[in-house]
Order: sequence, then structure tokens, then C-alpha cells
Amino acid sequence: MPLSNEQIERLAKLARLALPDDETVNTTRGHLNSIFAVIAQMQSIDTAGIDPMSHPQELAARLREDVVTETDRRAAFQAIAPRTEAGLYLVPRVIE
Amino acid sequence: MSAAPLSGVSVRALRRALDAKEISSVELAALFLDRIDALDPALNAFITVDRERTLAEARAADERIARDEAGPLTGIPLAHKDVFCTEGMLTTCASRMLSGFVSPYDAHVVALLKKAGAVSLGKTNMDEFAMGSSCETSYYGPTRNPWEPGHVPGGSSGGSAAAVAARLAPIATGTDTGGSVRQPASFCGVTGIKPTYGLVSRYGLIAYASSLDQGGAFGATAEDCAVLLSAMTGFDERDSTSLERAPEDYAAALAAPPADAARPLAGLIIGLPREFFGDGMSDDIRVAVDAALAQYRALGAATREVDLPNARLAIPAYYVIAMAEASSNLSRFDGVRYGHRAAEFTDLADMYCKSRGEGFGAEVQRRILVGTYVLSHGYYDAYYLQAQKLRRLIAGDFRRAFAECDLIAGPTSPVTAWTLGAMSGDPVQMYLADIYTTPVNLAGLPGLSHPCGFDAGGLPVGLQLIGDYFSEAKLLAAAHRFQQATDWHLRRPALAA
Repeated sequence: MPLSNEQIERLAKLARLALPDDETVNTTRGHLNSIFAVIAQMQSIDTAGIDPMSHPQELAARLREDVVTETDRRAAFQAIAPRTEAGLYLVPRVIE
Repeated sequence: MSAAPLSGVSVRALRRALDAKEISSVELAALFLDRIDALDPALNAFITVDRERTLAEARAADERIARDEAGPLTGIPLAHKDVFCTEGMLTTCASRMLSGFVSPYDAHVVALLKKAGAVSLGKTNMDEFAMGSSCETSYYGPTRNPWEPGHVPGGSSGGSAAAVAARLAPIATGTDTGGSVRQPASFCGVTGIKPTYGLVSRYGLIAYASSLDQGGAFGATAEDCAVLLSAMTGFDERDSTSLERAPEDYAAALAAPPADAARPLAGLIIGLPREFFGDGMSDDIRVAVDAALAQYRALGAATREVDLPNARLAIPAYYVIAMAEASSNLSRFDGVRYGHRAAEFTDLADMYCKSRGEGFGAEVQRRILVGTYVLSHGYYDAYYLQAQKLRRLIAGDFRRAFAECDLIAGPTSPVTAWTLGAMSGDPVQMYLADIYTTPVNLAGLPGLSHPCGFDAGGLPVGLQLIGDYFSEAKLLAAAHRFQQATDWHLRRPALAA
């Protein structure tokens, strides 16, 4: 079932991607539909009873001691932010 | 002695020259920096080169060598794929999104190699966020294949492969999510290895698809790869999937003399998957691969056919898993904490959308959109879960095959390096060329590509060797024996002569 332009625009909104114009939407739709045509090959395979494999090594999550291991590097991390002020990240006003 | 020939020798020979004080690390670094200055404008293998920083690292290495505290890589120049974070240095992932990103920390791999005294020549070009098989999606323009500058170097670690092929660096790091070390190694006529998933820490490796991403090594030879890989592996608690295993010295494993010098691979059984030798492979590649297998038999190995019946499903399963994980990983780029922020926007949501729309290139956006779709409500079972089930079937195929053989061999890619732009209008065509490499990532196995010939146009052909989990030493040793008996790895593009 091929995707429509409306579905592409909805996906872009979910993914927080601004597609600049209709031409981009059209091109993206064409590419995505050809990608889904390849993906469709796996749809018909019977996988009943097969456990999904999320990871090559079946690892349990490691636990560590509950101690502080990180140092405060706020200044270094904020030095690369687009806009900060007084140790805070600045974004457009959200609450009027 | 004259320094010029040193650009083409092995890491072992460089080590000897440094230890014998025939050349200093500063001189060696300058030699490679000069080659980069002279040759890279035509290749675009590097995104960032910082001469002063490199020479400072080389001076520190010389001091260590003078104190007799040198390890195998102290003073040896190398290049890092620009996917690895380097503290105080631009780390772009070849994206506009990170075109101004100076990392506040080193990736674990970078820190390990720094500690080993290796001297970084700079950061190499790649497909944007490692998403591509041709190095053409880079925000910094494509890297060109040193053998034929009208052709692609492969990808995504195309810059590292091209740098080693043109001897702009003796060795280089890369990452391999679906073939991104092995395929460019094959396209550029160098050796590249992706180890078992979990051996190389992903800390500071900018994430594409976390359950598949794995650091790897490029060199002219398996021996050079062994030296580099030995220094890159090891447990790191900052990567939740890092394996708690003692690091191995792969180079030492290669140095052990074989019991039978004439037949050094006697007893080794190489499996040939029927599915990798069917249609779809070009004739030139078939001829080169068959000749390489004959050479392996001459060295004492036996070959037998094996089956990987589900390998044909690797492409759809791989792209579903990779794109799903990519859409999740890349959600961190929001224009708030780091990376590109659009100049104009109306509100917070618009700022996210415009920053990401401007910061990501078309291929990255496509993968995020596909990933968003397959993870969205109502589709998860049909796509992501189904792909994970196929992943288990593919891993099971390999498990059964390795009950009958020690290594698996076949072509690395069904095609040699294509011309720039040949596939850019049709992303799916490019995805399909990853048919022999993606199954290995899905299973999490180690894989290696080494040169084994050329096509009619003079472009390199690679042979892929796949091993069982943790068989890196066996893979490298087999390739090393092959290289001791052949000279494909010694061929040099005219540009690098």
C-alpha cells in the first residue's frame, strides 16, 4: 500500500523534519515507496514461534555501584550549545 | 636514509624505523601531512586536518620513544573516521548538523589510541551519519576513489579507506553498521576488519544503529589491521553492550610461524555459501574471487559449500532495524544542546523541525522517516519485530554453517566501485549492493575484506572472510597467509606511487 503525500507530511511532522516544498514531499514519497517495496519482501516470511533478536550477544544490563562517577562539566557542555544563559539552555517561549 | 619510501611500508617497518631512530615521529607525521597537502585536494578523504595538533602529538610520541616507553603504535600516524568524537576538535559526522561541533570528550577508541601514543593526522570523510555506501552523502562533498577519481570509494568509511589506499595514512579507524568498513576496503583495494559486535566500545562513536554499529580498522594489510585492532578493543563500562573480555594481541597471533610453512592453512575449512555465488555478482568479481579461493586451497585450506538460506532477507531486515534505530538515535539532534539551530522559527516545534530539516541531508531524512514509520503505532510488530525475528533466523544460518567450517568466504560486494552519481537517484539500488555484508552485522559476527584482484577497468575487488564470534585472530591470520603468498595488497594506485 503506497504512501500518500499526506502520510509523508504526517511522518515528517512526527519526526520533526521540515520538508521545505511540495517537490521535496513528492521526491521523498517516491523514494520511501521504493524502500517499502524492498521491505515488503520480509512480510510474507512465516516467523511464528521465532524469538526476536534484539542484540547479537544476549547480555543482561550491567549494574554498577551507586556512587557518583561523573564530574560537573556543565560549562564545557554548554560551550557548544546554540544559546545558553546563566547555565540554562535557551529555547523559544513555550508557556505564555 | 631517505624518508619518502616510508609512506608505503608496513606499521611494523615504521615501528622499526622509529625505534632505531632512523626517523622521528615528527618527521613521519610531517611526511604524511605533506602527502595529505599534496594529494587530498583531488581526493577529499579528509574533513579536518590540524597540522599543529598532529605535530604536538608526534613530539610527545618522540619523547616516549626517547624514554624507551614506546608501545606498538607510539609515534605511528593514523586517521580517524569523523564519526568518532575527538576532544577539542571538530567532529562533524559529515553532516551540516554537526558542522560546528567541537566535541567536549574523546571517544573510547580515540582515547585508547591516544594513550597508545598513536599520532592522529585528522578526521576522514564519510557518508553523512554513516548512512550510505558511497561517501557521496557527505555535507563536505564526496571522497574520490584513489584508483579512479571518477568513481566512489565506497562507504560509509570511504575517507578512511581512500586515505589508506593513497597512503595518506598508514592505518585508519572506521565503523561498520552494514558493511561500512568492508565495502570501502574492497572498493579501495585495502584491508579492513569489523570485529565481533561488542569488542570495540561505542562510547563517543556517534550512533547510527546501536545494535549494529561497531568500530573497525583499515590498513594496507591484515598485519597492519591486527596492530590497530589490538589497540582498539577492550571492555568499557560506558558502553552498555561492551563485552567483558580480555583484549587479544592479534599481531602476536599472526607472528607465530605455521606448523607447515608450505601449507600454512592446512586444516582450515572455508565455507562457500551457495547464496553468495549465485547471480548478481559481476563476472570480473567472480573470476577474482575464484582465483583467491584457489590460492587459499594452494595454501592448504579446504573449501566446501554451505547454506545461508535466510541471507536473502538480510537487506529488508537490516534496513528496517537500522532505520528504526536511526530515527530514535537521531532524535537527540534538536538544535538545543548542540548542533545546528535554524536562524528563523516561529515556536519551539518549528525550531526543531527547521533545525533538523536544514541540518540533515536527504538520505538521513529518508532513513529517519522510514524508521519513524516502522516504529509508529500499529506497525511495530509487522516491521521492527518481524525484522528482529529474521535477524535470529539469519544468525541461526551462520551458527549451522560454522558447525561445518571455520571461516566463510565470498565476494565483499557484488560490484566494484561505481561512478560518482551513478546510484544517487535511486537509493534502493545502493541498498541492494550491501547484500553480502549486512547479514554479518545482523548476526554480530566479525568480517574482513582483503584485496584479491581487479576488474577490467582496473578497480579493486575484495574478498570477504566471515568468522564465528571472537575469531578475529583466525580471520586476520588467514588473510595474512594469503597476503604473504600474493601481492594484491602491494598494488598501489598511480596517484599514490
